[in-house]
Amino acid sequence: MSKDWPLWEVFVRTRGGLDHRHAGSVHAPDAQMALRHARDTYTRRMEGVSLWVVKSTDIIASDPAQAGELFEPAESKIYRHPTFYELPDAVKHM
Amino acid sequence: MNEHLFQYLLRLGDDSLILGQRLTEWCGHAPTIEVDLSLSNLALDLIGQTTLFLGYAGEVEGKGSDADRLAFHRDAEDFRNCLLVEQPNGDFAQTMARQFLFSTQSVLLLDALTQSSDARIAEIAAKAVKEVRYHADLAADWVIRLGDGTEESHARMVDGLDWFWRFVDEMFEMDAAETALVQQGIAVDRAAIRSAFDARVAATLSEATLAVERCDWPLGGGRSGRHSEHLSRLLAEMQVLPRAHTDAVW
Repeated sequence: MSKDWPLWEVFVRTRGGLDHRHAGSVHAPDAQMALRHARDTYTRRMEGVSLWVVKSTDIIASDPAQAGELFEPAESKIYRHPTFYELPDAVKHM
Repeated sequence: MNEHLFQYLLRLGDDSLILGQRLTEWCGHAPTIEVDLSLSNLALDLIGQTTLFLGYAGEVEGKGSDADRLAFHRDAEDFRNCLLVEQPNGDFAQTMARQFLFSTQSVLLLDALTQSSDARIAEIAAKAVKEVRYHADLAADWVIRLGDGTEESHARMVDGLDWFWRFVDEMFEMDAAETALVQQGIAVDRAAIRSAFDARVAATLSEATLAVERCDWPLGGGRSGRHSEHLSRLLAEMQVLPRAHTDAVW
């Protein structure tokens, strides 16, 4: 029965002010039940204050076969990281 | 000891204990892993409420019993739950029919109990009513889905509800003991929440394309310890470990 139901990706906001983070997925017949299943599966130990569910088929993913051209060029661009600045001692949390 | 209060707390605690125990029977057997978790969550909420109600009952009784002692070392005739909660799970539709009827009643009762003049009861009710509101929503959702679903799910939902109509009236029965507690502002007049219950049930069933049935031969007796044969078997399984190993801890 579960595999007859579409898959939904679950995003949980752990505290106010934080982003929703991907937690996992559930099977459910529709959006309302997907929210219930997400609540029962991923927030039973006080993990969240807000939930999003998105139909897995609605997520557009990058093609793993293109990982080379998409992501590897960034590896040699270390100047994109602001790590060459001398920070004054007074500046915290950078 | 305040015997009336003790009995009242047993009624509240035993309802949630026996229904919680019934729901745990689904663990590992529900139609899907998500539904399995959702039924286990309901069970855990109910067992948590039991711990509070029976814990308080033990204090009121004043014989040194805690919630575990009351749960595991009483026999069937000493249990004060209504007959509805001890009925077998049947199929998923029957389990949801039972949950829908019980939780719909429980929300109204607990909501009113948050105003109890007994601070402990008001406190427990305030915590429990949030949990039970979710139970009632979830169960109503399933009743609608199955009732207004396929031909088979509709038929199963009709059968599921048919099992329980005869046990509905007992949930709203009052006796001299509870009436005395109502006069002290401690308990809630169950008869007074009946019309709200009927309205909610009718609204959900109408959406589910199901009919409300009235029972001509309602059954009762659970509140004074006269139970169906189902309770003894449930208790045998629930109590065997702590009775066989009295010092067991886990």
